[in-house]
Amino acid sequence: MASQFGIGQPVRRSEDKRFLTGRGTYVDDINLPRQTHAVVVYSPHAHADIKSIDTSAAKSAPGVLLVLTGEDAQADGLGGYGQALMPEDVGGPPGFRTTRPVLATGRVRHVGERVALVIAETEEQARDAAELIEIDYAPLPATVLAEDAVKDGAPLVWDGAENNLCFPLMMGDADATEKAIASAHYVAKVHIYNNRLTTNPMEMRGTIGDYNRAMDEYTLYTSTQNPHGVRAEVAGHILHMHETKLRVIARDVGGGFGLKGGVFPEDALVVWAAGKLERPVKWVPSRSEAMILDDDGRDQTLDAEMAVDKDGKILAMRWIALNNLGAYVVGPGAVVPMFALGMSQGVYKIPTMLVATKAVFTNTPPTTPYRGAGRPEATYTIERLMDAAARGIGMDPAEIRKRNFIQPSEFPFETHTHQIYDSGDYATALDKCLELSDYKNFAKRRAESEKAGKKRGLGLSYYIDNTGIFNDRMELRFDPSGSLTIVAGTFSHGQGHETTYKQIASDLLGVPFEDIKLVQGDTAAVSFGRGTYASRSAHVGGSALKAAAEAVIESGKKFAGMMLEAGESDLEFVDGLYKVTGTDKAIPMTEVAKFAYIPAGPPSELGTGLEGVGNFATTMSSFPNGAHVCEVEIDPDTGKVVIDRFFAVDDMGNIINPLLVAGQIHGGIVQGVGQALLEDMVYDRESGQLLSGSFLDYAMPRADDVPSFQIGMSEVPSPSNPLGVKGAGEGGTVGATPTVINAIVDALESAGVTNMELPATPERVWRALSKAA
Amino acid sequence: MYDFNYQRASSLDDAKSKFSGADDARYMAGGMTLLPVLKQRLDQPSDVVDLGFLDDLKGISEDGGNLVIKAMSVHHAVNTSDTVKSKIPALAHLAGTIGDPMVRNRGTIGGSLANNDPAASYPSAVLALNATVHTDSRTIAADDFFTGMFDTALNEGELITSVSFPIPEKAGYCHFPNPASRYPIVGVFVAKTADGPRVAVTGAGACVFRVPEMEQALASNWSADAVANVKCSADGLNEDIHASPEYRAHLITVMAKRAIEAAG
Amino acid sequence: MPQIRMTVNGKEVSGEVEGRTLLVQFLRDHLGLTGTHVGCDTTQCGACTVHVNGRAMKSCTLLAAHADGADVTTIEGLADGDTLHPMQEAFREHHALQCGFCTPGMVMSAIGLVKDNPKMSEKDVRHGLEGNICRCTGYHNIVEAILDAQTKMGA
Repeated sequence: MASQFGIGQPVRRSEDKRFLTGRGTYVDDINLPRQTHAVVVYSPHAHADIKSIDTSAAKSAPGVLLVLTGEDAQADGLGGYGQALMPEDVGGPPGFRTTRPVLATGRVRHVGERVALVIAETEEQARDAAELIEIDYAPLPATVLAEDAVKDGAPLVWDGAENNLCFPLMMGDADATEKAIASAHYVAKVHIYNNRLTTNPMEMRGTIGDYNRAMDEYTLYTSTQNPHGVRAEVAGHILHMHETKLRVIARDVGGGFGLKGGVFPEDALVVWAAGKLERPVKWVPSRSEAMILDDDGRDQTLDAEMAVDKDGKILAMRWIALNNLGAYVVGPGAVVPMFALGMSQGVYKIPTMLVATKAVFTNTPPTTPYRGAGRPEATYTIERLMDAAARGIGMDPAEIRKRNFIQPSEFPFETHTHQIYDSGDYATALDKCLELSDYKNFAKRRAESEKAGKKRGLGLSYYIDNTGIFNDRMELRFDPSGSLTIVAGTFSHGQGHETTYKQIASDLLGVPFEDIKLVQGDTAAVSFGRGTYASRSAHVGGSALKAAAEAVIESGKKFAGMMLEAGESDLEFVDGLYKVTGTDKAIPMTEVAKFAYIPAGPPSELGTGLEGVGNFATTMSSFPNGAHVCEVEIDPDTGKVVIDRFFAVDDMGNIINPLLVAGQIHGGIVQGVGQALLEDMVYDRESGQLLSGSFLDYAMPRADDVPSFQIGMSEVPSPSNPLGVKGAGEGGTVGATPTVINAIVDALESAGVTNMELPATPERVWRALSKAA
Repeated sequence: MYDFNYQRASSLDDAKSKFSGADDARYMAGGMTLLPVLKQRLDQPSDVVDLGFLDDLKGISEDGGNLVIKAMSVHHAVNTSDTVKSKIPALAHLAGTIGDPMVRNRGTIGGSLANNDPAASYPSAVLALNATVHTDSRTIAADDFFTGMFDTALNEGELITSVSFPIPEKAGYCHFPNPASRYPIVGVFVAKTADGPRVAVTGAGACVFRVPEMEQALASNWSADAVANVKCSADGLNEDIHASPEYRAHLITVMAKRAIEAAG
Repeated sequence: MPQIRMTVNGKEVSGEVEGRTLLVQFLRDHLGLTGTHVGCDTTQCGACTVHVNGRAMKSCTLLAAHADGADVTTIEGLADGDTLHPMQEAFREHHALQCGFCTPGMVMSAIGLVKDNPKMSEKDVRHGLEGNICRCTGYHNIVEAILDAQTKMGA
């Protein structure tokens, strides 16, 4: 039904008012009666044996209620955090599995590994006491960089994981690729370090555990993207209890970007401690603690080659990588290299290719998905190669891409890495972006910049994303007043599902937008769900919601038939009304819903009330894609890069809310810009100490680091799901990083620069210029 | 933060007596450095003496050939003062580059100078303008004031009351910010003073310092070209994940040129 | 322990705090005004921005005792009943928030900017937001919202 609140409309978000008036509820805003406060004591060493821990002074410090160590966790039989998925689970090679304990015993393997938990009446008392814990460590040699970890004689993170290898991955045809490269007209080569990042959602992870002895039930409030996933790990794998004994609640979550899709020791620690104390236990870290205790993202090193003929046709591609997993392979950590290989072919037809990586352990915190999770690595590599190839044969970078694009008629298209692309029209989106960015007049703008002593470069890239993972379920429940509740298995943490799901439900059922409510993030209210990550919610959640709406319409038909005195087969549902076909007899859905709750009348088989459950299981991913163009201006004296103009034209399939999709693109681009220019999680190569551990040293984009954006849409509906949508959450990030770096290389090409490391800091740019000169 | 005894000073004398009466006190002006340090538990004073209510220590005026800025004047006040903008516009500009709007509403010139952070902005202006630091008991010349990293000529308990800046013929400030903290990686303040040109650099070393080679070059030729070929040594300059000593040395020359261009 | 009194969102409040109690802790823990957030510990992110005596300040780097006698406005004090402040309304209209965590500080900071310069350019706004970090929006819509609100606040 076309209304101002329907699918496709720029509906203003219904969740905004509480945020704008300071009434959001993040974990630190929740305070329970008799609440206590926990502080985590963590390893200051990257690799060490714990010789002894003396907690006696801490235990007798003022206000201290409980001090727990790894020995206590062992005594209580606590388990640890394993893997959500390993390559061998999907037919890949076997890997070395690790279990991350909630508190370490014996050995610590990265700075930030949890060693003890101190609980006191106040946070400051807990901090005072934490300083009194004496831990005798025997430091061991550490390995920090992936390239060092695979060297002969490197310190081993795990006994049994030879050469620090967790698992290898390889896809493609080595011989054919070697042959094609050996005889090619031109071979472009790039060396890439896809820098290590940290997520820094503005709300830090925080947890509160509670225990109700009367009911023998635990409650965990946590800042997560995946409440049921946390319940499964904490109850099932760590505390060894039935999931029904643990209720997980996530209220408002202040950003996640993948970090909060995982489970952390603090999720289990506060629940465990609350059971011991029979009091609520709250843990909220400082930002500096969060930066040490959070998992990181990216960290892939690779050498890549692309062979092309003189007409710019790709003949072959090859890359060999190292993925730094950190000290543990946890949760979805292994998914990142898997996605990187899986999406490595980009949007191009490539006759033959080989991609391979070794995922290795180091004495650093685990790396897990961060916005894009492998797709940024894939797109970054191939889009850098496309530019390098274009430069090598003197071809326009847009032209070389167009000559190799998979064509609209070729979908579904299976890549060498067994991805089946759903739909797309890459050349159209690229042309729109070139038009939007006034590509043809770049030379004029470059001349203007040169007059001002600046070097201007233009970068473009064409990204492809992979969205819509797994299955999920949604429920729709009318209440006797005729208002509607959406019970979602996904979990909005900034995306605006409250608004978009209401748009879908309103559109499909004809229920007024304002009469619909979203319930999510409480395992007691939502029977099951998989949460929100990997841009899955519109595709999977939206499709399940459509199925739920269809189930409601079907159930409602029986009641409507009674009300309209018509057979079900004579009824149709149009624009929110049940109509008797060929008559003017009709009744709105909301009236049918009220009728469904009358205490007597409808027979048993109609049920009491009106509700529907919908499921959707992805059989084919959706593949959002799009073109980015940006222009940078570089100050050659300082190396400072300024992004002057930025354009994106995206194919995100059908759009539910263009305002919110644009917001995802803006935010995504800026995180991609952050990786390109600013963000760098740096650990000392020898000691493994974090050198970028606060906002004073970890640079994130601020408002004056980026320009305003011009974005456009070039939708090709996806056949992968009934809404025809493609996930919008990550494309901006996937595309922006190579676009910016390609622009920088373009700007510096005339000075002899051919490669640029991530992030392109002013000093790096200045050094590249100085070296070339 | 460790707890401390909070004491509010009602006058300069009261501040000094509260300071001297405590075991291990710290003065707090705007608190923009002290509080973050305390929050990280990097310091544990017995007492914090709050100077924030000493309205006598706020104000900006012209006195003869000097611009006088009282110690508790916040950066925003200096940035927007008509007097500063007309007499030493480079100083107003510098004040507007410190921190962010919220920090500029709290941070004070006195606090910044007393703390003497290697990356603080004000020390470069004080040194380049050959200002005089007035304390509760004496006056200290800029060349004598900054003695090392986080170290000054102030005695224990001595309080800055104002800074007087001789009004220069010309002055300019240019800095290159750290992309994360936004503190200067290198900041250069240049001034054409009655005593000749002065060039002061902050952010690059352990403590603000002058560049005599540049000053000599400028004495005969006040122009950006004059310093363009003065290369600073990287020896002893700061090194961190954002900038090497060599890059800092290079930036000194670049920022000096731009500061001179800004000065006109 | 210092006894403090101040006006918060037009109401007289008082309490006993520790010397080390920060204004943000007093607002959140003593007064239950949890709209003011803490996003970092180095005075960088701006999520804790409130107005003290009409000036935008970071309440994470301000002692509660120092705010004794002050007039404090927090995000909770901006709307007039159900009518949002023009800045809040502009943020809603322009989709200038996603997760909402930085939003209170962003709005308080933005109002301070408009107060100091009601004729800001886009560049002025971007520079003025130097002390506020948002990880979701990419700032694009925040900048649009502030420019729009600036016009409406001046009207």
